[in-house]
Amino acid sequence: MRTKSLVSISDIGREEILSLLETARKFEERPNRRLLEGKVVATLFFEPSTRTRLSFETAVNRLGGRVIGFSDASNTSTSKGETLKDTIKMVSNYADLIVMRHFLEGAALYATEVTDVPIINAGDGAHQHPSQTMLDLYSIYKTQGTLENLNITLVGDLKYGRTVHSLIMAMRYFNPTFRFVACKELGMPEEYKAFCRENGIRYTEHVDFSPEVINTSDIIYMTRVQRERFADIMEYERVKDLYNLNNAMLDGSRENLRILHPLPRVNEIAQDVDDNPKAYYFEQARNGLYARQALICRSLGIEVND
Amino acid sequence: MTKNVSKSQLAVAALRNGTVIDHIPSDVLFKAVKILGIENIRTAVTIGNNLDSKRLGNKGIIKVADVFFPEKTLNRIALIAPSAVINIIRDYEVVEKFPVILPDTIVGLVKCGNPKCITNNEPMLTRFHVIDRDNVTIACHYCSHTVKSTEAII
Repeated sequence: MRTKSLVSISDIGREEILSLLETARKFEERPNRRLLEGKVVATLFFEPSTRTRLSFETAVNRLGGRVIGFSDASNTSTSKGETLKDTIKMVSNYADLIVMRHFLEGAALYATEVTDVPIINAGDGAHQHPSQTMLDLYSIYKTQGTLENLNITLVGDLKYGRTVHSLIMAMRYFNPTFRFVACKELGMPEEYKAFCRENGIRYTEHVDFSPEVINTSDIIYMTRVQRERFADIMEYERVKDLYNLNNAMLDGSRENLRILHPLPRVNEIAQDVDDNPKAYYFEQARNGLYARQALICRSLGIEVND
Repeated sequence: MTKNVSKSQLAVAALRNGTVIDHIPSDVLFKAVKILGIENIRTAVTIGNNLDSKRLGNKGIIKVADVFFPEKTLNRIALIAPSAVINIIRDYEVVEKFPVILPDTIVGLVKCGNPKCITNNEPMLTRFHVIDRDNVTIACHYCSHTVKSTEAII
């Protein structure tokens, strides 16, 4: 049985992405399988993230494993000044798999260097969050029936939004066309545009969230524009509502269009969109369970049969 | 040393045995001194700066008596002084002359500029990969933060 860590979505190639999506589909059909019988999974959340932690812990529970861990580092030895290395080494004595979230960037990669227990990165600062990308891919795959040749529109905070960056990296194998819709302050960073050009990924940039863009999209991926990202608060006030989506804007949209959002949302998707069958963000979150079940099995080298 | 040498020639002593690191850009000379750990060397060290150079206009030079650095150590200065040339001296003769070569990975030298990087918060060595040799750009192995080597914090 070969164990494998998952630090970044770029650790996973095209074939493995497709195989993980297939595994996630099996778990959606039948989520309760006793594949982790006798296994202990540690969930180490040095930074609180209730949504991600519950999703991972539900995944372990539905697979019949046991969970140990903490949801906030403030009542652990970390607050006494223990190094990450020491915490990881200590937990490695107890667990078969470590799922960790940390506020420092590169923490998960460093953890893989100090232990032989496989690590799943559940978010390291603004850096990587591969299980989120996996559930985004599964949501796209499930709603469109394919990952190939899709028009994907990314809206909102494209500068700091790690989910959109990782999505671009993962979609490189599937010939997508991206539309980047954002104000100047929060535009797609040059390094990711360069990545697109190097990988032959088509993209266009838009300041207006216009009907032309909406009506030609297969996927609209909304993100939250956060006030703290702006140096100039006037600028925030000017742009904050430009990238909000309401139900009327979807009138001319494609039948197969689905709206995704990593959640939590604030104003960027109006409540009246929720009842539109094209709204998919709540199901998207549920897909996280199946995607994470698939990733846990990958990390522990467990084969999933029908 | 031969007799009757004029005082002006004595300014930089000739090496009998040791290492000469030549063609260091003047503005990074003291960074190179630091990287090579010259402060801790007990043998004779001569450091010259702002000397005329046809190639660089202005150059620095370091002469270290009786010390032969591992090539790996010398290559660490390639990050800031890619033009540097090493001369190995034995019995007043240059027996070897070679340019420094930038390694693919630089360990324990550069400080990551990202305050939220794990390397700035754990007792651990930093690790950088060269991602663009033409512009000498390096990326942190851990947090992916990129920096031009000339702007890197050593």
